[in-house]
Amino acid sequence: MKFRAKITGKGCLELFIHVSCTVARLAKVCVLRVRPDSLCFSPAGFHGLREAGLWCEVRRGAFQQFRMEGVSEDLDEIHLELTAEHLSRAARSAAGASSLKLQLTHRRRPCLTVAVELASSLGRARSVVHELPVQVLPRGAWRACLPPSLRAADASIYLPRWRTLRSIVERMANVGDHVLVEANLRGRMTLSMETEVVSIKSYFKNLGNPPESAGAPPNGDLESVVQVRVDNRKLLQFLEGQQINPTVALCNIWDNSLLQLVLVQEDVSLQYFIPAL
Amino acid sequence: MPLLTQQIQDEDDQYSLVASLDNVRNLSTILKHATCLATKNGIKVTVENAKWTLTAFRMCYQGYGYPLMLFLEEGGVVTVCKINTQEPEETLDFDFCSTSVINKIILQSEGLHEVFSELDMKSEVLQITMSPDKPYFRLSTFGNAGSSHLDYPKDSDLMEAFHCNQTQVNRYKISLLKPSTKALVLSCKVSIRTDNRDFPSLQYMIRNEDGQICFVEYYCCPDEEVPESES
Repeated sequence: MKFRAKITGKGCLELFIHVSCTVARLAKVCVLRVRPDSLCFSPAGFHGLREAGLWCEVRRGAFQQFRMEGVSEDLDEIHLELTAEHLSRAARSAAGASSLKLQLTHRRRPCLTVAVELASSLGRARSVVHELPVQVLPRGAWRACLPPSLRAADASIYLPRWRTLRSIVERMANVGDHVLVEANLRGRMTLSMETEVVSIKSYFKNLGNPPESAGAPPNGDLESVVQVRVDNRKLLQFLEGQQINPTVALCNIWDNSLLQLVLVQEDVSLQYFIPAL
Repeated sequence: MPLLTQQIQDEDDQYSLVASLDNVRNLSTILKHATCLATKNGIKVTVENAKWTLTAFRMCYQGYGYPLMLFLEEGGVVTVCKINTQEPEETLDFDFCSTSVINKIILQSEGLHEVFSELDMKSEVLQITMSPDKPYFRLSTFGNAGSSHLDYPKDSDLMEAFHCNQTQVNRYKISLLKPSTKALVLSCKVSIRTDNRDFPSLQYMIRNEDGQICFVEYYCCPDEEVPESES
């Protein structure tokens, strides 16, 4: 098994740091899947969609250098389980760095070595090396790391402006712990919640629906609304701290069962599943 | 439900305007750059915040038994908020009478901003000393690390008026006074008066962008008898 990759360039570095921090915010332990064309993050110990989960993919194009050799020719992947915060802390040290290198190494035990090259203003380079202990997962555990494969969503809609969405969900989270997300195939979405004392509803329109949303509405009516009620705090956790400018930001709803948020920016994609309450 | 539709529906409804107008006056001084428009349909407040986005706000109340409706519009997104109303409790009447005022001072608020934000929160009380003799006006806290005293001499530049007839030393629970710091921060002047029952009256004068003046009055109860020996 071999893995060696290098990221240079401010934009790619920032994206990588951002992905590591997002993963660490949403999962304590994660699985790093090294594949021939990408690096993927999945939540560890995921037992089906009874809980929220984040899957990220950083495609090969984000790396200046990417070399891997899987377990075997047939099984050309490596699965590493590690504490997400270790990686995010190491990645954060690369803020403003000239490069970040990832390498699978062995120091008495398997490690993911993160080497950060920091250019100093005086012209002298400094490097910071982090050795993150990892556990190599056996083949039997690989299946559980895949993102859920589901039938087409009942409704698919582009998300509103990120900051607006976040501030509305934030305000609702102050009042209650659930939020009802509704959308239709006419670009309309509402977020609402109610308690004994107060009810709040925000209306978004002209959001647009992705063309490839193969989801046919339950009764063929584009106006018909699809809904799912989810834990507000889970939603907020994902929305917080997102400083990226996604080229694609959309959500998929499976009526009364699942909410999926999808963000894509250059070679990075994030998908976050939140099951219905 | 777009804002426009709601407006048309509300044409026929009755609103308790008097209460709403009072709220708007307070609201407009708390919010910066707020323009208020009162119509028979409700009160509309438009706020411009630092990022130059316009937040339109409307508050409507149909009457007893109906929820308070708030409509906010920001960046094309309309948010509707319904708040269930409750039976009003009788407001506490502190019975503070101007004629029984013993000590009164008027200070420029900027002199108190830092003080109040740095108040030792480990102290349960804020002790206010007002006296015709030294230390004239003193704020004291007593915390784990020790006690701190802040003196304002009567001839200080910050002191606009100083009328103290008797030495009064009173303690007030800090937790009761902390909420009034919001008004303090917005105000330009504050008047502190105590009456013959040691009850304080804090009056904050707030001037908004258009030069309109409004007052926020604050009352609470004194804490306990102060032991005589206090240096």
